[in-house]
Amino acid sequence: MNIFVILKRTFDTEEKISINNGKISEDSAEFIINPYDEYAVEEAIVLRDQHGGEVTVVTVGSEEAEKELRTALAMGADKAVLISNEDLDSQDQFTTSSILATYFKEQEFDLILGGNVAIDNGTGQVGPRLAELLNIPYVTTITSIKIDGSTVSIDRDVEGDVEKIETSLPLLVTAQQGLNEPRYPSLPGIMKAKKKPLETLELDDLDIDEDDVEAKTKTVEVFLPPKKDAGKILSGEIASQVKELVSLLRTEAKVI
Amino acid sequence: MGKKVLVLAEVRDGELRNVSYEAIRAAKEIASDGEIVAAIVGAGVQSLAEPLIHYGADRVLVAEDEKLKNYTSDGYFQALLQIVDAEKPEGIVFGHTALGKDLSPRLAARLQAGLVSDITSLEKVGENVVFTRPIYSGKAFEKKTITDGIVFVTVRPNNIQPLEKDENRSGEVTPFSVEIKDLRTIVKEVVRKASTGVDLSEAKIIVSGGRGVKSAEGFKPLQELADVLSAAVGASRGACDANYCDYSLQIGQTGKVVTPDLYIACGISGAIQHLAGMSNSKVIVAINKDPEASIFQVADYGIVGDLFEVVPLLTEEFKKVLVKS
Ligand SMILES: Cc1cc2nc3c(=O)[nH]c(=O)nc-3n(C[C@H](O)[C@H](O)[C@H](O)COP(=O)(O)OP(=O)(O)OC[C@H]3O[C@@H](n4cnc5c(N)ncnc54)[C@H](O)[C@@H]3O)c2cc1C
Repeated sequence: MNIFVILKRTFDTEEKISINNGKISEDSAEFIINPYDEYAVEEAIVLRDQHGGEVTVVTVGSEEAEKELRTALAMGADKAVLISNEDLDSQDQFTTSSILATYFKEQEFDLILGGNVAIDNGTGQVGPRLAELLNIPYVTTITSIKIDGSTVSIDRDVEGDVEKIETSLPLLVTAQQGLNEPRYPSLPGIMKAKKKPLETLELDDLDIDEDDVEAKTKTVEVFLPPKKDAGKILSGEIASQVKELVSLLRTEAKVI
Repeated sequence: MGKKVLVLAEVRDGELRNVSYEAIRAAKEIASDGEIVAAIVGAGVQSLAEPLIHYGADRVLVAEDEKLKNYTSDGYFQALLQIVDAEKPEGIVFGHTALGKDLSPRLAARLQAGLVSDITSLEKVGENVVFTRPIYSGKAFEKKTITDGIVFVTVRPNNIQPLEKDENRSGEVTPFSVEIKDLRTIVKEVVRKASTGVDLSEAKIIVSGGRGVKSAEGFKPLQELADVLSAAVGASRGACDANYCDYSLQIGQTGKVVTPDLYIACGISGAIQHLAGMSNSKVIVAINKDPEASIFQVADYGIVGDLFEVVPLLTEEFKKVLVKS
């Protein structure tokens, strides 16, 4: 089976955010594989081990994303592709999905996995957009996937409820927390990853004209949420604190 | 000048979700003086259309088909595409719900449109509409515009104030006949896990428990407080990981993102990934026995104490004052 994972390099979830020159500052930030994409990598490896075939991880991003691709290779993926788009100053989810679609139209694939959302931009658009551009079905926020021949059975998380879905390959799915527990790369895995193929493609290599994938949206400002004033920590007997709290919620905060 | 804007109304358990009205309000801003057309899709949903008019829609299209009984991307996509082809809207608004998140990117891809997901507010700046949305799990915000083509956005529930309900408003409710071809994904069954009762993402009040609740049994006093306040019960990942409650309750970076008027955190330390899901709540109350817990840094009001003592007292006190008023 030809399995692909689309993944993104993102800030570590622990990172504090600061703004420099109107942009999110990346200085000294730690980067990771987007946590939801990590579930996708893990599931791809498990499915390959069950059904045979190959796992290819693909990212659209800067050269630095090579580090996250190597991590995925160390986990057990077979090949990596970095589609470099550093020079594009105007890009959004329309851009990324268009670039990926152009790449995938030249590939033979049975299954494409991704995260259901990236924790930086938080749009969750690229997966479903890509599936539409490739004219294949997709299922988002999956917590289980079983493949039997060309029949695919999926559990999909829908705001806490579970949909039992049946569909077929080729298919695109996006991972939700609960799909699996991603493995840590082992030391031998890390050694092997250094020798696994990692191909870098430029937009030219894909015959993409920058103008055709120009963003449809524009970010005009980035800002931090207003700092909250220090809250009120109540004191005294617990019973009187409780009374005070209820009264504050009614008269000061006016939420009850 | 004015734009025609299409709103997808959303039905859950035979009722319209509030986010539908919030979407109409957002559509109003985008439309200027243009027309708001609401679409309602499903099977047996005709009778739900009227309130959409009362909340500001000018017309409602009802697209019904047995194949639309359960949401599937394929079914709804075909219905929406036929509606868009017929109506040619210049703007589209969905809720940023499980359904909206799943469907909107696909429709945007087909229409070659830009899509601004998960907006929490919007404003008119000259001819443009500027949308605000959280990024980095609410640690920052960005303002965006759509530079080309259809203006397509999804609105985060509980953030945009719907218009005042006006039962005297009138408008046409018309069936829209759709042709739904084969579905490539089939929903065999829906297993209900999310607690019936108040929907977390739309709840005005949430009582949330963490590892400090100590057991599944320990959620009982929280549920009692929630019942008195008509609130929903939520949880930290700590509580879910420890099996005190179902993952469907998890709030945070990898759980639900909520924006209630009041969030009561009980026995939750306030890890950055938890804050990501609730820090935009209007008022936050923290109950924790550790005065150093980081949850107190985002709390508006805090009680340092044992939740098993504080929460039942709170329930009693609310019972008293809510009966009086
Ligand atoms: C990639 C990633 C994603 C994550 N996503 C999420 C997410 O979506 N949501 C989330 O919540 N977490 C998430 N986490 C986990 C997060 O880092 C924390 O581990 C988790 O939030 C801790 O849960 P907690 O506050 O319930 O537990 P703890 O941190 O153990 O805190 C328990 C608190 O209860 C207090 N307490 C104990 N007993 C009592 C008592 N009797 N009365 C009052 N207070 C008491 C303690 O003082 C303590 O502050 C994520 C982590 C990672 C790495």
